[in-house]
Amino acid sequence: MSKKAAKKGFTAGLGQLTIPLVAIAILVIFNLIRDPSFFSIEIKHNIDGNSVLAGNLITVINGASELAILAMGMTLVTAACGGQDISVGAAAAIAGSVFVKVLKSGASINAGTVILAFLLACIVAMIFGAFNGTLVAVFNIQPMIATLILYTCGRSIAYWINGGATPTVDSGIVKAIGGFIPGVPIPTPVIIVVVMAIIFKLLFHFTSLELLTQSVGINGSAARLNGINPTFIKLLSFIILGVCVSVAGCIGVGRLGLINHETLLLDVEMDTILAVAIGGNNLGGGKFKILGSIIGAYVIQTLTITLYAMNVSSTDVKAYKAIVIILLVVIGSPVVKKKFEKFMAGRASKKAASEAKGA
Amino acid sequence: MKKRFNVLLLAAILVLSFALSACSSSSSDNKSTEATKGTEATKSTEAPKPADKLIKVGVVNNPPSESGYREANVKDMEAVFSKDNGYELKTAYSLKNDEQLQAAQGFITDGVEYLLISAAETTGWDEVLKKAKEAGIKVYLFDRMIDVSEDLYEAAVVSDMAKEGDTAVQWLLDQKLDEYNVIHIQGAMGSDAQIGRTGALDKQFESGKMNKVVQQTATWDEAEAKKIVETVINSGKDFNVIYAENDGMAKGAVAALDEAGIKHGVGEKVIVMGFDCNKWALRELLAQKWNYDGQCSPFQAQIISDIIQGKKTVTDKKIINEEKGFDAKTLTQADIDTYGLGE
Repeated sequence: MSKKAAKKGFTAGLGQLTIPLVAIAILVIFNLIRDPSFFSIEIKHNIDGNSVLAGNLITVINGASELAILAMGMTLVTAACGGQDISVGAAAAIAGSVFVKVLKSGASINAGTVILAFLLACIVAMIFGAFNGTLVAVFNIQPMIATLILYTCGRSIAYWINGGATPTVDSGIVKAIGGFIPGVPIPTPVIIVVVMAIIFKLLFHFTSLELLTQSVGINGSAARLNGINPTFIKLLSFIILGVCVSVAGCIGVGRLGLINHETLLLDVEMDTILAVAIGGNNLGGGKFKILGSIIGAYVIQTLTITLYAMNVSSTDVKAYKAIVIILLVVIGSPVVKKKFEKFMAGRASKKAASEAKGA
Repeated sequence: MKKRFNVLLLAAILVLSFALSACSSSSSDNKSTEATKGTEATKSTEAPKPADKLIKVGVVNNPPSESGYREANVKDMEAVFSKDNGYELKTAYSLKNDEQLQAAQGFITDGVEYLLISAAETTGWDEVLKKAKEAGIKVYLFDRMIDVSEDLYEAAVVSDMAKEGDTAVQWLLDQKLDEYNVIHIQGAMGSDAQIGRTGALDKQFESGKMNKVVQQTATWDEAEAKKIVETVINSGKDFNVIYAENDGMAKGAVAALDEAGIKHGVGEKVIVMGFDCNKWALRELLAQKWNYDGQCSPFQAQIISDIIQGKKTVTDKKIINEEKGFDAKTLTQADIDTYGLGE
């Protein structure tokens, strides 16, 4: 009996990850058939003479870094509040602008100033996260409406910080954040994603945050009756997302050594929410799996890079992307899932019946 | 009970924020009128001689926060129509057409002599411009055209986006490469700049003079441009020109080249072309890492000033502003200081 339950738990757990894993498998197989060299990885020497890994696979994994980091935080917000933060792109622009502002105000850029700049960017992003969180947790405003405020004005705030134009930062350390650390062939953003994932894992392992978040998401009043403070948990989820936002913003700045408040992580909020949805998380809150969202982020990025590699005309890219995403979301929807389960159960019982007859 | 309190609090905050926003807009209005009053007061005190009379100019423009282009445009207006040059300048900035119309209306009642407009939208200006004509105010359009009959304004100084693209492509043809394998990174599809800058290159693709390696939009996004170029490099296709429709995307493309160790710039394998002439981009040209930067010139003020002062006569009402394109081989630090945008 217990074995059966464990097995059921296992399949249920995998159940959430089935869709994103199947999606990524299909994309991989499609690309292998289309062009077997798609996944070749080479070692190239960049302009500074370092040997670095290169290839489409690296481009996908590297390019999805910001999305993956944002998706981790977004999963937590989604689970706790049953809604999404649509201001992550704008908030990342603010965090990135603060990062650049601090770097530029110092006389020279060294490891100390970079860390200071990052911490300040973090604090600012956490404050904006807390602002969103207060609107949602204290005033019970729908998350999408509450974050619409920052979505609308965020990039203007980012503009004020640096006074327009596109300030550039010329520094080896900043370049290393978005590119490669000398002597390390793996892109730094990928390393940062791994570190962030480990931090989340440890956070869930050593605290009961995961359980608390789920219980608040499933039923806030019931959670309160059990001595959990839903307001605090919701607020906390937004503040944690703030940290993710500032990390993503700083990577974005590091990639090119420049901040363009209008285009930094443009439209990333929708991709982030999609990543959470593709990851099989319930957008209405409750149970969640951060791993699903991370895989979801890589699905989206693989799709984009595949379309680029196929040289799809620029006006058509979004339409193709939409078709694939509709398919993924519909297949992952509870209605289809239930139908599928019923179908499978029906087949199993039929099989059992025929076996019984045969015996 | 608590819920009701929350609702009340929310309502209070909403009302407060409305009041504040109303306050701030009205206070800025006050400020501008105060400022103009101030200048009038100083004028009346310090200008007893009629020879010193300042020419009153009202400028209706988009706010400098709109773009680096606009920032340079606003600064240029302020520099040219300065007191030292004999002007009294009044400005109003808005992205909204109705607010711009109100501002223009205000300038007419204030009795400006010249009205300069860069409209947010092309329609709805008939009434205001007719009033201006009745009041004997001369109207100049800059940067953007308006849908009105030509006799309602003196001249329009505008950019020709198609010409800008042609200038850049002509420069590329003048490089006389054996083969043109172009990576074309486009701006946001449908924007004026994208259409103009794409059009010229498309003609070359069609005539077969240049080969299209890839043509993709990065919607002005630097990081996206980098991904597009990375994908091309990964596919192993050969290319020797990067034509990015703004500086940011060119920088993204160059980042991808640097990571793959591909040489670019003057005398190297890959030619890099950008647009907008940001100062940082022009510095890349000066360092010979990029080859060309084209500009949609934001400097219309001097032309209008010359017309007002009778130094230039208007033959055709639509004056096309001369577009600049900089070649890394001939660029000087002085060019960067004069024509570069931003810092």
